[in-house]
Amino acid sequence: MSVVFQKTKGLTDNKTHYCPGCSHGIVHRLVAEVLEEMNLLEDTIVVVPVGCAVLALNYFDVDAIQAAHGRAPATATGIKRVHPDKTVFTYQGDGDLAAIGTAEIVHAAARGEKITTIFINNGIYGMTGGQMAPTTLPYMKATTAPLGRDVNIQGYPIKVSEMISTLDGAKYVERVSVNTPANVIKAKKAIRKAFEVQQKGLGFSLIEVVSSCPTNWGLTPVKAMEFVSEKMIPYYPLGVYKDETAEEAK
Amino acid sequence: MARGKITISEYYCKGCELCVSVCPKKILKLDESKINANGYNPAMIIDEYSCIACASCARMCPEAAITVERID
Repeated sequence: MSVVFQKTKGLTDNKTHYCPGCSHGIVHRLVAEVLEEMNLLEDTIVVVPVGCAVLALNYFDVDAIQAAHGRAPATATGIKRVHPDKTVFTYQGDGDLAAIGTAEIVHAAARGEKITTIFINNGIYGMTGGQMAPTTLPYMKATTAPLGRDVNIQGYPIKVSEMISTLDGAKYVERVSVNTPANVIKAKKAIRKAFEVQQKGLGFSLIEVVSSCPTNWGLTPVKAMEFVSEKMIPYYPLGVYKDETAEEAK
Repeated sequence: MARGKITISEYYCKGCELCVSVCPKKILKLDESKINANGYNPAMIIDEYSCIACASCARMCPEAAITVERID
């Protein structure tokens, strides 16, 4: 009998506090698996955000630090510059990265900081109770947009991967999802590539993961994944937005 | 076709049914006869001889509660 799949050593034995079906758990596991496979667990520092994922430091079996709201890329910049031999990544949600932390992520990418960012885009503020985020889809309901997001009043969603990919300092930008087992495998490959970019010292890498928030969307976990497939992914197309790893190799 | 064996940890399971929804053989369901310490009906396998060790359930599990083995 051979083991096909088991829990990675990159995760601690703690139970997560996430709601049932929350895709944070899937992304945590993928990151931990990649770090374990690349043998980086002893040399990695994660900067956790404010939001549901703030307690990720209890779940990743690596060193962790918690940054002020949205400032994870700035904190990671400092850590990476002091410890250039360590692998440093930030794990941020859309309220953290795309709202209060827009300046930090844009400038970290523009400076080409040699860090990796895992960006969870579920289109809503999770921890605080389902308020509208910059990534909330047009006409999608949230507690602060009870009739649905009206683009004439609240404006349009921010497409972070497209925006970051225009910056020269960003070397690898990909948007993935975890709505199906096939996409989970693709997401893991993307996360691995992002960490490889950092290992090679090429520059900034960002992986945007289109995720679900069953509780605040008011859907069951399975229906939430269907919502990701039918509504989120058409608005946030998956794919590689920037890959300068090949050019650097020449 | 390869046969598999899965082990679902009731300690971690939150009964989200994502594993149930992606199983190609439709051999998973929630065990409504019991409630675990988390307060949910844990997932269970109803036909262990049909498992093909594809690990789709384990890949979708947000709690990393599923271990998949292949029976050679």
